[in-house]
Amino acid sequence: MMVLVVVGLYTDRLEPLREKLAQLVTPFYQITDVPGRVNDWRKDTFVSQADLKIENEALKTELLIHQRKLQQLASLAAENVRLRQLLNASQMLQDTVLIAELIGVSPNPLSHKVIINRGTKDGAFKGQPVLDAFGLMGQVIEVGETSSTVLLISDSTHAIPVQVNRNGVRAIAEGTGDLNSLSLRHVSANTDIRAGDLLVSSGLGERFPVGYPVAEVLQVVRDPGKAFLTVIAQPMARLDRSRHLLLVFADRDKASVPGALSLPAAATSISSSSSSAVSGGR
Amino acid sequence: MLSPQLNLYVIIAFSFLVALVLSVYPLPMDMRWWRPEFVLLVAIYWIFFMPLTVSFILLCILGLFQDLLEGVPFGQHSLGLVIVAYICILSYQRVRNFSIWRQSGWIFVLVGVAQLTDNWVQGMAGRPLSGIQFLYPALSSALLWPVCHWWLNNMTHRYHH
Repeated sequence: MMVLVVVGLYTDRLEPLREKLAQLVTPFYQITDVPGRVNDWRKDTFVSQADLKIENEALKTELLIHQRKLQQLASLAAENVRLRQLLNASQMLQDTVLIAELIGVSPNPLSHKVIINRGTKDGAFKGQPVLDAFGLMGQVIEVGETSSTVLLISDSTHAIPVQVNRNGVRAIAEGTGDLNSLSLRHVSANTDIRAGDLLVSSGLGERFPVGYPVAEVLQVVRDPGKAFLTVIAQPMARLDRSRHLLLVFADRDKASVPGALSLPAAATSISSSSSSAVSGGR
Repeated sequence: MLSPQLNLYVIIAFSFLVALVLSVYPLPMDMRWWRPEFVLLVAIYWIFFMPLTVSFILLCILGLFQDLLEGVPFGQHSLGLVIVAYICILSYQRVRNFSIWRQSGWIFVLVGVAQLTDNWVQGMAGRPLSGIQFLYPALSSALLWPVCHWWLNNMTHRYHH
């Protein structure tokens, strides 16, 4: 038994086995999801017309606000493309997303993982970034045929390259095992970072796309006795509340995804070689 | 009707299935520490009251399945199950005569031992533990023991004889 633990932890020999057997556990999560589904169904079915009307009004207002923002975004995006051409950089790309639904939460209190209802059948892959409506949530770490496991950014084994949105200072945001806080690693004492700064994904490491909100800096502690700043940030995504998540496909994986939606999003990383400096906007 | 022996196996399999489902039932993130160790409780019950029906090999496989289910390193739960099962085998003759709350106290110790090995493996996997939280499942399991005992007793008496 001990040998098994050690082999499982320090080598990846057991990974194929785990992937093969992953299909066995999906029914369990589907069963435990039934009460939630019944509840959703109840909410959808037994609702008064008045409530629906109010909700409809609210949604229309919200849509209007978003459309106004989108109008600005279009011109900004065009401007961005022109500027990038001047810089000889690669063009804006569109990310494609696939909506997924949460069907389970890892029962292990030390790990922050959730199980979603998309798998290889829907084109999900290992390392795929996952968003919710408010920010980056995490990445897919295990894929089954119809379900996969997502590691949240707050897990203590997770880290993500970020930059401060205000001035572009780069850092690594590590999960702390606490759902409401990330800590920034190795931030030197004279770095310009303050409470309230928005941290967005920097795209370094080529796992997460650039420009998605990750966290907001809550607190910066300058302790003269320590070599680095202690920076605590709060994740933007609602890690423990969101039920509908978005799986992000970068442009290159888009072709094979059925039912995916396209979403105007951040630019890819700037490439220095001139061959990739594609002209023309989106 | 099934034969009584077969019937018993069906009951055991059913109880473990229910325990497995309960062990992944979604809880709010902050409440997860309070989830009792359902599978372990059921295993302890069967070892205490039917020590010849559940084999160690079976417990190992059950533990491995639970590891798979919960997405933890292989061997974590089977290690705990086997160690606790061994202690149970050594002690069942005494524990059967305890009052139900005294049994609960003993359950607290047993689940606590399993939690130690669980968190030892978790620590090796890079998720170190801080604080006394790891004993919460032991406490909730101990509190749940009378219910679990009553349920399984009831089921055995109704369908086995």
